[in-house]
Amino acid sequence: MPRRSGRSEDQRTERMLGALAIAVLVLIGAMIVTVFVNAWPSFSSNGLSWFGPGGNVDTQLRAMQESTPLPGHDISYFRAWPLIWGTLLTTVFAVVLALVVSILAAVFLTEFAPAPVRRTLEPVIRLLAGVPSVVYGLIGILALAPLINQHLISNARKQSVAYVVQLNGADLTTATVILAVMITPIMVALIAGALESVPLPWREGSVALGVNRWRTIVRVSLRTARPAIVAATVLATARALGEAIMLAMVSGGRGFAANPLDGLTFLFEPVRPLAATIVQQSEGLTIAPLAHTIYAMAAVLLVSAALLSFAGWAAKQPLKQYGIRA
Amino acid sequence: MDPLMPPPVRRIALDREPHIAPPATSPNGAGSGAVVPSEAHRRLTRPDPATVRERMRIESVWLAYGENWVVRDVTLPVRKGEVLALIGASGSGKTTLLRSLNRLTEITAGAARAGRITLEGEEIHELEVNDLRRRVSMVFQQPNPFPMSIYDNVAYALAEQRPPRGRRRRRTAELEQAAQEALRRAGLYDEIAADLDRSALKLSGGQQQRLCIARALAAEPEVLLLDEPCSALDPISTATIEELIVRLRESVAIVIVTHNLQQAFRVADHVAFMHLGELIEYGPSEQVFDRPSQQRTRDYISGAFG
Amino acid sequence: MEAGGLVPAPARPIIVRPRRQSSASWPLIDRIGYWLCWATGIALCLIALAIVVFMFVKGIAYLRPALFVKSPAPSLQQSQSGGFLDPIVGTLIITAIGTVIAAPAGVALAVWISEYGRPVSLARAVESAIDVIAGVPSVVLAIFGLLVFSESFLGFLSQNAVNGSVYGRSFFAAGIVMAILALPLIVGSTREALAQVPDRVREASYALGKSRASTIRWVLLPSIRPQIASGIALGMGRIVGDTAIITILLGVTLTTEGVGSVPLIGTLRGTGSTLTSYVYNNSPAGEGNAPQKAYAAAFVLLMVVLALNALVTRLTGGRERGGRLSALRRALASRRPEWTR
Repeated sequence: MPRRSGRSEDQRTERMLGALAIAVLVLIGAMIVTVFVNAWPSFSSNGLSWFGPGGNVDTQLRAMQESTPLPGHDISYFRAWPLIWGTLLTTVFAVVLALVVSILAAVFLTEFAPAPVRRTLEPVIRLLAGVPSVVYGLIGILALAPLINQHLISNARKQSVAYVVQLNGADLTTATVILAVMITPIMVALIAGALESVPLPWREGSVALGVNRWRTIVRVSLRTARPAIVAATVLATARALGEAIMLAMVSGGRGFAANPLDGLTFLFEPVRPLAATIVQQSEGLTIAPLAHTIYAMAAVLLVSAALLSFAGWAAKQPLKQYGIRA
Repeated sequence: MDPLMPPPVRRIALDREPHIAPPATSPNGAGSGAVVPSEAHRRLTRPDPATVRERMRIESVWLAYGENWVVRDVTLPVRKGEVLALIGASGSGKTTLLRSLNRLTEITAGAARAGRITLEGEEIHELEVNDLRRRVSMVFQQPNPFPMSIYDNVAYALAEQRPPRGRRRRRTAELEQAAQEALRRAGLYDEIAADLDRSALKLSGGQQQRLCIARALAAEPEVLLLDEPCSALDPISTATIEELIVRLRESVAIVIVTHNLQQAFRVADHVAFMHLGELIEYGPSEQVFDRPSQQRTRDYISGAFG
Repeated sequence: MEAGGLVPAPARPIIVRPRRQSSASWPLIDRIGYWLCWATGIALCLIALAIVVFMFVKGIAYLRPALFVKSPAPSLQQSQSGGFLDPIVGTLIITAIGTVIAAPAGVALAVWISEYGRPVSLARAVESAIDVIAGVPSVVLAIFGLLVFSESFLGFLSQNAVNGSVYGRSFFAAGIVMAILALPLIVGSTREALAQVPDRVREASYALGKSRASTIRWVLLPSIRPQIASGIALGMGRIVGDTAIITILLGVTLTTEGVGSVPLIGTLRGTGSTLTSYVYNNSPAGEGNAPQKAYAAAFVLLMVVLALNALVTRLTGGRERGGRLSALRRALASRRPEWTR
């Protein structure tokens, strides 16, 4: 290495690294701006009712693709509610399910599991956290969906909604379960890690006061691990929100707004979240009105991801005064 | 052993907090220059023999981690109304003995015990462990307040005693009263009355330790175990806590483990000297410090080892 | 109790060994929680076992050595639709492009944020930008990438149609967007590791008259090499597993289709498929509908993930406290910028 004066070398390095940092910043800025600029025509022509219900989404998308406007409507007419509703349903159900399961499982893993179980389970959870979503999708569509179709959906149930939608096992339940299975390992890994790092003196102090083990876990360990639980939930929600391929495979693939008023049938109705719609319609990115619509969906996802990250940050603020960090 | 250290500390503490001055029965005031230093450091009061009552009894107790016996054949009484100090060098088994009194040793895998430990005549192993730990509470070497508010820390153990009923941890007047009482007994209330809802972790080290004592006192234990409670604290906080210990012995039996001989000298009524797991000498503190019967006690007290 | 040897152990010690703390004395609600915990733990074990066993059984049942050497062929008959040689090669190419870009960029970014980070506002902005990447769905990255790579000045990275429009789908395009996807994991691992290097190490180097840059290059980076490597392995896992970017940006032709006559560059400008897109296309949701091929390819994918996991464990497992989940946890956790933690 040729010898140069340290100071100028330092400056050069700092400038180079700084330039790279600015480049990343510019790239992300460009991405956000591009997505919004391209989304704008769809939002501006539909107004706020873009988010509202109104007609069949799939028909609207097909109309754009074939460049034949729906009778009585503009070519860019689009009402995204069924897709937004589908996103909300799958995300919220899966995250709530996964949150409950992963907190209990993380406690089990760190506190109660016998050592051999623990030693086997940890690598398995890591493997499951790394399994590509398309593999989960495959399991969902080839194993879980037929199972649900055969054993949980009665023919009478199928008949009852046959005039609006066909039930075939690729539905809200399958999507929720597979999505939960997909995000649970990540959450377990994060929460178990946080539980492991709760300082021993706090747990010992609680036990020494005659507080039983379960309450010590609930009131000291889990409380201390709360920022990590929030972080895990935010991360898992982001994953669930953005999951495209897997949901395109198992959720039924129809832009249908599953209706809770249908009672139990609701759980077996198909949905299609925003991200899955983007993937399925990506061929249409060359057709202007459809492309704008797709970018509008992407913009909604982008804003949700940003809001989520902010919500996670805000949720952890009150705990700062107790010096809890995660 | 630094003979210059204790007297000023004690005086500072008294000047700062006159309201916790010792009872009038004090035989000799705080460090008047005339007395010989060793007398000046002595704790201020003797226990009133009428209030002394035996709470726990340790009978021929052996303690082991795995195959390794760390406490060998120790017999000791633990009495309310007086402070028992366990002294000895590192590795003498005094902390293990202390932790076995509320079965905290059981957290460590492979812990075993031989001999009897009784609380009010009942073998502690027969008691429900969480009940035992509420009756025999413990304060640790490092202050370990939970990451909650000061109030929640004290109410923590209290709320546990009541059966959970839907609205848990509601701040009832009753609970609040008990928490305040515990804080008062720990001599902390006046300092922090205004900000009970602040984070406990924002307190100073000495206040944190007194909060831990308050937390332990809140459940009205019969015995209080202190594991080197002052070793992580500055001299002023140490003096405050020592005052507190002497004051508390009226209502609760106190066992304190300490490395610091002067501290044992200042607070203890009875002293047990342990060495390599064995109890070498036990007796009233004057006797152990002034006329130790064993050579090893003499060596330890005069600083030959430890 | 004379001062002498140790007292011998009691001949027949009445030994009280701690019982496993029973929950029998706990309040009912605590016991319910406790048993719920066990139930969930056991359920988790069973589900994990079911998934792993299911994939292994199906994978091994349908895996044939021939699948590894044959290219996919357009046929509805599962016996004639060939193997997944091209998708395997495609996965390798995409992973290579993504890693080659993301690894140096990620390390450099992490170094800049942790060791320089001036001006502070810029550092915060860059942290948030990386956070945005971590949170953004990959499908959004993909359609943004398509827009960028369809620009005519980037035509050299994919193919140009006769009318001059740029196709925008190629190995280059997909690989570069994959690099963005992997970036947060590498930045996260590296920053976390740099934060754990004690300041005295830096001071020792400065005290020897080394500049900041050479301290980073010759002291800090070598000392955190395993963590950097584990971050890269996690990033590779992310690249191998992503499907949305491939579906949108690789064109998903059955076989690898080169462009032009230059051998390597031609391939990279061309389209192809990867294992993930192969699984997708052969599932009932895709066009191929050959479940046996899909299972076999999914099994191979699983093996790749397993290998990458083993690599991460090997790199960090020995030296880290707190179990083997921690490498993943750290990388994931540090995807959040400092001020949110």
